[in-house]
Amino acid sequence: MNRKSVLEVRRLTARVAGVEILKGIDLTVYAGEVHAIMGPNGSGKSTFAKVLAGHPSYEVTDGEVTFEGRNLFDMAPEERARAGLFLGFQYPVEIPGVTNSSFLRLAYNTVQGARGKDELDPLEFDDYVQDKLKLLEMDPAFLERSVNEGFSGGEKKRNEILQLAILEPTLAILDEADSGLDIDALRIVANGVSRLRSPDNAIILVTHYQRLLNYITPDYVHVMDEGRIIKTGDKGLALELESRGYDWVADEFRSRQAA
Amino acid sequence: MSTVLQNLVNQPYRHGFVTDIESDVVPKGLNEDVIRLISRKKKEPEWLLEFRLQAYRHWLTMQEPAWPNVKYPKIDFQDISYYSAPKAKKKLASMDEVDPELLRTFEKLGVPMHEQKALAGVAVDVIFDSVSVATTYKQRLAEVGVLFCSFSEAVRDHPDLVRKYLGSVVPAGDNFYAALNSAVFTDGSFCYIPKGVRCPMELSTYFRINTQESGQFERTLIVAEDRSYVSYLEGCTAPKFDTNQLHAAVVELVALDNAEIKYSTVQNWYAGDEQGIGGIYNFVTKRGLCRGINSKISWTQVETGSAITWKYPSCVLLGDNTIGEFYSVALTNHHQQADTGTKMVHIGSNTRSTIVSKGISAGLSNNSYRGLVKIGANARNARNYSQCDSMLIGDKCGANTFPYIQVNNSSAQVEHEASTSKIGEDQLFYFAQRGVGAEEAVSMIINGFCREVFTQLPMEFAVEATKLLGLKLEGSVG
Repeated sequence: MNRKSVLEVRRLTARVAGVEILKGIDLTVYAGEVHAIMGPNGSGKSTFAKVLAGHPSYEVTDGEVTFEGRNLFDMAPEERARAGLFLGFQYPVEIPGVTNSSFLRLAYNTVQGARGKDELDPLEFDDYVQDKLKLLEMDPAFLERSVNEGFSGGEKKRNEILQLAILEPTLAILDEADSGLDIDALRIVANGVSRLRSPDNAIILVTHYQRLLNYITPDYVHVMDEGRIIKTGDKGLALELESRGYDWVADEFRSRQAA
Repeated sequence: MSTVLQNLVNQPYRHGFVTDIESDVVPKGLNEDVIRLISRKKKEPEWLLEFRLQAYRHWLTMQEPAWPNVKYPKIDFQDISYYSAPKAKKKLASMDEVDPELLRTFEKLGVPMHEQKALAGVAVDVIFDSVSVATTYKQRLAEVGVLFCSFSEAVRDHPDLVRKYLGSVVPAGDNFYAALNSAVFTDGSFCYIPKGVRCPMELSTYFRINTQESGQFERTLIVAEDRSYVSYLEGCTAPKFDTNQLHAAVVELVALDNAEIKYSTVQNWYAGDEQGIGGIYNFVTKRGLCRGINSKISWTQVETGSAITWKYPSCVLLGDNTIGEFYSVALTNHHQQADTGTKMVHIGSNTRSTIVSKGISAGLSNNSYRGLVKIGANARNARNYSQCDSMLIGDKCGANTFPYIQVNNSSAQVEHEASTSKIGEDQLFYFAQRGVGAEEAVSMIINGFCREVFTQLPMEFAVEATKLLGLKLEGSVG
């Protein structure tokens, strides 16, 4: 069976405010796969996620990225989203005055429209969203609150996963979906993500810690350092990183480079 | 990125055309002879001429206020024409005889002057330059005893009522621009709701400045008798000129026992071009007096036009248990300046006031909220809640809040909340990442920001206001 490629990244370099952060990334993700990207602070993990989503502060200097065969850099950020690329934010912004329900419905209908599917009116959408709320054990009253305003860290993260569940993207890139969560919230978020795993979509988990991977078993674990992927392994690598830290991977990489 | 934002808020001004119509214009300049001439042209009674002359003499002793947070070159009051009227060929008996050019002007503006075409349930008085050109639905209103006509007609047909209430809320010498208006006002709207009558339709005045070098000085007087109710709407536009025009209106509201007046404004004067050339100076005094017990006055304003806005729709809460409300959205862009807010003066016992102000600044504009809450010594158990929110679009605009609170009675409860937010790149990226483009994102953010005010507007006005801010309602009604 031919595997369907979702994302192909070749020699990607990018900078922000004149500083080169990504220094040549290669990565291929197929449908049905879960990739974890780990690495120390400042290694470029979040930058990689934002560059893929098209954040305007980041400048791509070289390399190619195709998303389901299309040149990703030909697409505006909103076109990428409509085409099925989803970024779960590490720090979701607050949007005062805009209710979650209207925001979610606008996002859903925009993406549905781009897929040539019918939009939902407020009542239909409410039915649709109630099921998703249950999945994430969220109080329906939460829909009437302003987007992320006054949310706790855990609520913000759950809201990101709720949006993921509503938009059903082809590729979900979750940037530190687990940071700042207590153990119950972590379980809920992780279960939410696991339930969305399917043979047709792919997930990239950007994370510091191994603990999220106890709930979502990745097919590949990549270690990023100084803007490059320096080692790729399986779930076992994540456990090894947890016990040994990152330094040995970097040392190993440097000695390989020197050789 | 900020260029995207700039383009979004730079919707072109659609009402900037000039109507080619023959006008009767008084030569520029201001002195007692000009005032006598205006009074004579309007065939006014002696007491009104006296009112004007006293105001004028007082005005001569006054200084133009310097405290607002706005900057503009000194106005030459001798370089303004104080009277401009479309030349009427003969006395008009019905709408069909109104100059077709005028009718076309207002059709272009979307103001219905033909009653059969009018929006169901809205009576309109139309002011073109200095005079009222038409009032619709007069007959139907007369059946329930509601008087709604131009100010000139009111002076002619109901002189006792006008004389009783004119200047009773905003005295002729109240402030520099109110004094100027009292001296030279040319027309405006008059509205009287008799005892126990709930006005069966929305009343609306539409103001249009057409002549380049004329000022507009209109006067609105609304009197709501015991247990009556009226909702009143005001809309304004002007052509694009590269000179500044002065609009110095006075609006007086009087609410007697158990009466309620709701006054809504969607102000869309010409704001000047992107370099700040031209535009209206909107220096207006609006004040409501809750004279009777349990009465209520509510101001809602959406201010989008004007090169400079300088106005403070206020409530004087004289009667016991009276209520004053002020809901405002002020949007400034390019070089526009707004210094606007309200005054809530609590005099009676158990008086309550609410202030909700939303300022949106874009471009190089400057937007200030200035508000006074004053609790008098005898105002037992007075309450005020104020909320002032500012939103900045881009990084070259300014927002200020100047709250003044004076409390002379220890039983008062006064609350003030303020916030400043910014439509930033990260918010727009968040929307984009969920598939929503910048235009819809800004629309949704601004609609959300203004929601508390928009819900106070009558339905058609709410729609117009939303459109005016260059936005769509879609998505915010969820």
